[in-house]
Amino acid sequence: MSTDSRFVHKIWQEQELSKMVDGGVPFPMLSDAGGKIGALYGVYDEAAGVDIRGRFIIDPDFVIRAMEVLTPEVGRNPDELIRQIKAFQHVRATGEVTPSGWQPGQPTLKPGPALVGRVWEIWKP
Amino acid sequence: MPELKEGCVKPARGPIIPAEATAGAPSGAASTQEVRKMLARVGQEAIDFEANAFVAGVGFKPVKLSDYKGKWIVLCFYPGDFTFV
Repeated sequence: MSTDSRFVHKIWQEQELSKMVDGGVPFPMLSDAGGKIGALYGVYDEAAGVDIRGRFIIDPDFVIRAMEVLTPEVGRNPDELIRQIKAFQHVRATGEVTPSGWQPGQPTLKPGPALVGRVWEIWKP
Repeated sequence: MPELKEGCVKPARGPIIPAEATAGAPSGAASTQEVRKMLARVGQEAIDFEANAFVAGVGFKPVKLSDYKGKWIVLCFYPGDFTFV
């Protein structure tokens, strides 16, 4: 989503994105003309009149699970995005929690009195 | 006059604010004032909206965030098409 019109999105897809991603990006390219939606999500820069780099993970219950906001100069890391989604999916499916830097397949934590002071025995990053 | 299928200007609903989020506002207050306030919070329900969109293989269509309820959603904002990063 950006403050560009749907027409600009179409030309960007056809002229540039389709040359970087086979078939172009498959998801909807949304137009936030006026920045009203970006303002609600805390990413609208009023001085520049654009939405800055904000990324939100929303779960199947429509609850926001994660947000990351960057000033425009630095691009995002899709690997970290996917890691976070997998971690939230794991938590949702199992009720376990994932320690710092967790990757799928690694040990998770089961919170409770027995774990207090003993995380170091399970998780050695 | 028949309605144009695809005009230059086609308003979308924009933010769709739940009633309780605006309940504290003075009655009759312009919703644009409310709209400027950040409402998104982790652990809270996402704010629904409808936006005009370009969808590959489909064309132009309005998209509501809540159309994707029940799935994992990634919502990405960026400064502009044809920018560099």
